[in-house]
Amino acid sequence: MNLAIEARGLRKRFGRTDVLTGLDLAVPAGTVFALLGANGAGKTTTINILTTLVQPDAGTARVAGYDVVADAEEVKRRISLTGQSAAVDEVLTGTENLVMMGRLSGLDRRAARARAAELLDRFGLADAAGRKLGTYSGGMRRRLDLSLSLVVDVPVLFLDEPTTGLDTRSRQELWSVIRSLAETGTTVFLTTQYLEEADRLADRIAVLHAGRVAAEGTADELKARIGGDVVELRDADGRLLLERPTDGSVHGLRAAIDELDRSAAASAVGVQVSIRRPSLDDVFLAITAGGGSAPTAADAASAPELIESK
Amino acid sequence: MTATTALATPRPRLGALTAESTFIGRSFIHSVRDVEALMMAVVLPTMLMLMFTWIFGNAIDPSGGYVDYVVPGIILLCAGFGASSTAISVSRDMTTGIIDRFRTMPLRSGAVLTGHVIASLARNLLATTVVIAVALLVGFRPDATPLEWLAVFGIVALWILAITYLFAAIGLAASTPEAASGFGFILLFLPYVSSAFVPVETMPEWLQPIAEYQPITPVTETIRALLMDTPMGDSAWLAVGWCVAIIAVSVVWGAWLFRRKAGRR
Repeated sequence: MNLAIEARGLRKRFGRTDVLTGLDLAVPAGTVFALLGANGAGKTTTINILTTLVQPDAGTARVAGYDVVADAEEVKRRISLTGQSAAVDEVLTGTENLVMMGRLSGLDRRAARARAAELLDRFGLADAAGRKLGTYSGGMRRRLDLSLSLVVDVPVLFLDEPTTGLDTRSRQELWSVIRSLAETGTTVFLTTQYLEEADRLADRIAVLHAGRVAAEGTADELKARIGGDVVELRDADGRLLLERPTDGSVHGLRAAIDELDRSAAASAVGVQVSIRRPSLDDVFLAITAGGGSAPTAADAASAPELIESK
Repeated sequence: MTATTALATPRPRLGALTAESTFIGRSFIHSVRDVEALMMAVVLPTMLMLMFTWIFGNAIDPSGGYVDYVVPGIILLCAGFGASSTAISVSRDMTTGIIDRFRTMPLRSGAVLTGHVIASLARNLLATTVVIAVALLVGFRPDATPLEWLAVFGIVALWILAITYLFAAIGLAASTPEAASGFGFILLFLPYVSSAFVPVETMPEWLQPIAEYQPITPVTETIRALLMDTPMGDSAWLAVGWCVAIIAVSVVWGAWLFRRKAGRR
């Protein structure tokens, strides 16, 4: 298999904190890969190592076929990074930002201008082309930030929490851009703390917990690991009261329903019971609650109750 | 999956100075758009000069010749003042995500700093020219040959470079742009403890060695010797030595800071 990103045993320590404790990754070329983790799980450190910004204390990583330490210059020629904080020049206009990036990417002045206009148009920023970035809204800035990474088509694109802080509309716009990029063959490596984002965008997902990959697979594979369906109890307004994971067996389902039946909430007026497939949330919580070891169906059945108060 | 590599090609290698010229262009736009800083860099030294010549001038030298004494010092004050904004520009780059974008591109690591330094040099030479023009209007009468004028601009440019590199390094070291801007006071203060405004001999004895050997005195004396035909002595060598030393230390310190701050914000 043609791997765009390959990491083995990455370790990184800052001061007394072990951020990465032996991270392994294998990302096939041309896929969208999501690294999912809570705040402080080591997502940004992973991106920083893969994009040559930080050197690992131990382990190796190859991006687009080149070692990130020994062949950093060759790696840099094949990647683009849109980091967590907006990497835009506030004083320059949208066009000037893009032209600068085009020139730095080896386009001549004319090609850089043409590319800038094309990208501004594609990201719905044509009207704001001549305005300084300082006057852009958060969503516009994020879109320009992403467009700066697309000035030239590089094989591997890194996006560190690309939609954090965006409203729903901008987020969905960004998702469609990322999907269309993946269709052209670009490998997209993104980090996110939104399970929905990973579910919607990524071909494969790795759950980062305690500095290593705790589980990895497609969204369906990850959901299947947790075993059976989840029984939910909702009140008359549809608010979730209680839920119990099951191990998928008839016996398990009955036990879960019996348990809910005994709870005080079940006897209220209008309370309804339903069964659903496990969500990525269930997987994520089960994995990160278990101290890093992948959960089994039995673990899931005895997992603490998962109540959401949305 | 094999089509991937065919579609997306590596970034082309850049021409010799493409990155540098792009960053210089960027920093020029920054300079021009920051109208307030540009005004301050030109107006403040001009005001200081008018203050020294019209208000203090007659008290210091009742014969009216103080303008001829003070202009070389004002030129230096002006050079340093304008350079301190480089610390703010560099710090702003380092504390936003933009430096990470540049660092993940195949660019020479110092190219972005070169942009700031060259823009600072241009800004400060402009301010210097304005100050000299105003000085000539208010009675500054140098007797320098064209060659000596050229030498004056040479030593001023070298001084600007030295101070700018120092402030670029300070900008790398500072944790925030606000902190970086605070260091500007050093350069507003240092000229007063030098021969820029009054002769070193008039200072308290314990202060004289400091005033005599700190970098601003030999640079001032060199400019004074070139413009006013005062004795040069070994000022020129000391001045050039100081500038080269400051540049060398700043570049080494800056390169170390630049590497150390990688990916750590």
